[in-house]
Amino acid sequence: MPAENPAVADRAEACVIACAEAFRGDGEILASAIGLIPMIAVRLARHLFEPLLLVTDGEANIVEGTWPVGTPAPGPVESWLPYRAIFDVIWRGDRHVMMTPSQIDAFGNVNISAIGNHAKPRAQLLGARGAPGNTVSHPTSYWVPRHSPRVFAPKVDLVAGVGWDSAAKAGPAATRYMRLRRVVSNLASFDWDPDSHRMRLLSVHPGVTVDEVVAATGFDLVIGDDVPATRAPTAEELRLIREVIDPNGMRHREVPA
Amino acid sequence: MTEDDVVGRLRSGMTVGIGGWGSRRKPMSLIRAILRSDLTDLTVVSYGGPDVGLLCAAGKVRKLVFGFVSLDSIPLDPLFRAARQQGRIEVAEFDEGMVQLGLHAAATRLPFLPTRAGLGSLVVDTNPGLRTIVDPYEGEELIAMPALKLDAALVHMNRADEKGNAQFLGPDPYFDDLFCAAADEAFVSCERIVSTEELTKAAHPVTVRISRMLVTGVVEAPHGAHFTSCVPDYDRDEAFQRAYVEAAGDPDRWAAFSERFLERGEAGYQREVAVLAAGKEA
Repeated sequence: MPAENPAVADRAEACVIACAEAFRGDGEILASAIGLIPMIAVRLARHLFEPLLLVTDGEANIVEGTWPVGTPAPGPVESWLPYRAIFDVIWRGDRHVMMTPSQIDAFGNVNISAIGNHAKPRAQLLGARGAPGNTVSHPTSYWVPRHSPRVFAPKVDLVAGVGWDSAAKAGPAATRYMRLRRVVSNLASFDWDPDSHRMRLLSVHPGVTVDEVVAATGFDLVIGDDVPATRAPTAEELRLIREVIDPNGMRHREVPA
Repeated sequence: MTEDDVVGRLRSGMTVGIGGWGSRRKPMSLIRAILRSDLTDLTVVSYGGPDVGLLCAAGKVRKLVFGFVSLDSIPLDPLFRAARQQGRIEVAEFDEGMVQLGLHAAATRLPFLPTRAGLGSLVVDTNPGLRTIVDPYEGEELIAMPALKLDAALVHMNRADEKGNAQFLGPDPYFDDLFCAAADEAFVSCERIVSTEELTKAAHPVTVRISRMLVTGVVEAPHGAHFTSCVPDYDRDEAFQRAYVEAAGDPDRWAAFSERFLERGEAGYQREVAVLAAGKEA
């Protein structure tokens, strides 16, 4: 559903911009987006301000172009990237991934594996996937479509994505290439305070108050005196989202307008 | 060979590696043959999809070595979830890249390979036998991912010759050659057995990823990866996968699904799939 004022971004579009900003400055690396809004964001970032980013077709090819989500990549193919080559890219560090946590804590520990006890979980989720290796190898960001104290939890049940404190305990081999970059939720953007390594509120999306973010978060955030609003999309960005990358409004299934 | 011949070579208690990735190019006709057998107590190593769910539900799995289990277009496999949530299987959970390293170590007769992946994570917390190793040059402490030695590997390829040279024609070889190389015995099912000459008539030799020196036996299994994808021969059968997931969520419906599709042999399975696809309920 289009926004009432077509020049004003709705919440989903604000989230796209906040996610795209996470990839600003990345240069010539593989941008892996898991989740629909991150996928829109990566295509937008490459189209407008990070032209060297590499993006896959979701199978085994790196492809050029900007195409609508939910449709096959028209190409052209730049190079071949089967799963085993992705592991090489990860371990070389030429990648920035945006994953969706089931739980995330103040230090950026993330659970996507299972809820409850590992031997007999209350809810089995995906498994660790590549999260342990990703987080200690290259820039990692997170996307949370529904911000709640259950997701932004005081403690994660299992550490799949490694947080700053867990990496520090594991030693220099774990911290050496670790770059937790950004968290974007449907309410706000976050990074980590460089000294305390606790999650820090960077900006709130238009229409969201700092109090709302605090109330929806299960741990204490680092909050500055003056929290800015997430930057508004430009007219060109809005056109690109609405007409080119997501003409069918699939983004609103993840974040309602 | 036939699927049942392959199962005849397996023994209860073995460690079996299964090729493919998620719900893509899984050796499903071989899995279905295991479901019909009296094999049990298996340790399964897999980039998991419905192979894992089905084997768990049939009580074939003692232990699963995995990084994930997913049906791709449907994120979670209900049969695997149920097995985990009821505490019916033991697991060794690794980063998915660590599984590759473990297979690579086994394939190259190394005891382990060093990696950063897993440090500081549940991989260390939940695998009490996992050890670290100090880099003798720089002094960093890394994880020593142990070799994942397999008694047998099961993979499904697009084409193979009688001798065991096997070819992928889809986008990704996954880790099928590595599963074969990590195993004492490897069994390849394929859509079609062709002459050796035919393999590279229209395709580059790089697509013949698996050499006969790795392979114990070949099974011709048309539609053998169903309902997972086997591009370019066929895509994932999304309607059937949905039917699998819906049935798996309910004991009565699962019994009916199982009776119709899994207990009538491979020919019976393929016949019922065709009937379902044609919209003619049996």
